[in-house]
Amino acid sequence: MALAREVALPGGTRIFEEGEKADRFWIIRSGTVALDIHMPGRGRQVVETIGAGSLLGWSWLCPPRQWHLAAETRDPVHAWEFDAAAVLDLCAEDTALGLSLVTAVAETIGDRLRATRTRLLDLYGPPGPQGSGAAP
Amino acid sequence: MTPAPLSYRVVDRRDETHDTVTLVLEPGGDALDPFVPGQFAMLYAFGVGEIPVSVSRLGDGHRLTHTIRAVGAVSRALCGLRTGGWVGVRGPFGTAWDTAAAHGNDLLVIAGGIGLAPLRPLVDTVMAEPHAFGRLNVLAGARTPADLLYGDELPAWQEPFGAVTVDRPSNGWTGRVGVVTTLLREARFTPSDTVAFVCGPEVMMRATARALTHQGVRPDRIQVSLERTMRCATGHCGHCQLGPLLLCRDGPVVGYDQAEPLLTIREL
Repeated sequence: MALAREVALPGGTRIFEEGEKADRFWIIRSGTVALDIHMPGRGRQVVETIGAGSLLGWSWLCPPRQWHLAAETRDPVHAWEFDAAAVLDLCAEDTALGLSLVTAVAETIGDRLRATRTRLLDLYGPPGPQGSGAAP
Repeated sequence: MTPAPLSYRVVDRRDETHDTVTLVLEPGGDALDPFVPGQFAMLYAFGVGEIPVSVSRLGDGHRLTHTIRAVGAVSRALCGLRTGGWVGVRGPFGTAWDTAAAHGNDLLVIAGGIGLAPLRPLVDTVMAEPHAFGRLNVLAGARTPADLLYGDELPAWQEPFGAVTVDRPSNGWTGRVGVVTTLLREARFTPSDTVAFVCGPEVMMRATARALTHQGVRPDRIQVSLERTMRCATGHCGHCQLGPLLLCRDGPVVGYDQAEPLLTIREL
């Protein structure tokens, strides 16, 4: 935690933009952050929101180390902000710590991948050929 | 339980969403025995057919309240009923949410889509005697903001923690986006002293139950509401069989400790 600093971000703060260098990450302590992507003709489309206890940002972990999405606070957010380069340097020095950190980040990535796949199923849509059986 | 349908008249009707309607029914003569949260009735749309529908509110004399989504011929016919229309009703059927098991514990009420309807009487029960329970968390997921049920009631369910999340936000939606399990991280509960009630699409219930057990909630303290094709509702026809269970009789509410191995059985 020595590498972290507390930050307070007002609601509506653009934290990072798609394509920018991913050099930081955050652990959200309170508040909600929306992840969005710009779609031509449709503006910003929110694809997910994340809240307290969640990791914000994992693109810093592997090349090309650019944000794939943008992030904006929905309401006032308090978070721990980490400098990615310093964390990666520390992990290189302490490989056990590095493995723990990568495992934790991978768990987050896995959770979000599973959630995304589940949403692709359109679970709440009407039953039918792609749904949960014959419609009564 | 009455084997033959009794006639009930539609005395109130409310459009919840573009495809979902809540009907309040009043007996035209004899009334069915009282229902408890989690149980269901067989609703017969005259000349069309019969489907199982959970009660979505209790406590108004012999009146029954059902929330129905129009997805097929029978449900469309029921949703099309107007005030003064008639419906045949059998019931009460099935097992109930075990609220006694939740006394003194934190509660997680987790709904997906129209799964919120069978859970609403449970929420009503808990909110009517809050001192009997620990912290109440109501978490609901929906396809879009326009698909959210009971929008005018949800704010009252926010304390100590409640939240809704949608898969596909519309312009202007400022709430959460994502699967309902993402809300668990912020819910306020002590896993070892928590009872969870889950209703929604089966995949959603599996994912939710797994997330809950991962967080330390015991499988026998997770109750899920299972659906299969229910025809007779009396445990005779076998259409709703799931392993050793006939869900119209032994369900729909089943402990996850019993349901978990059954939910991976592939259908024919």
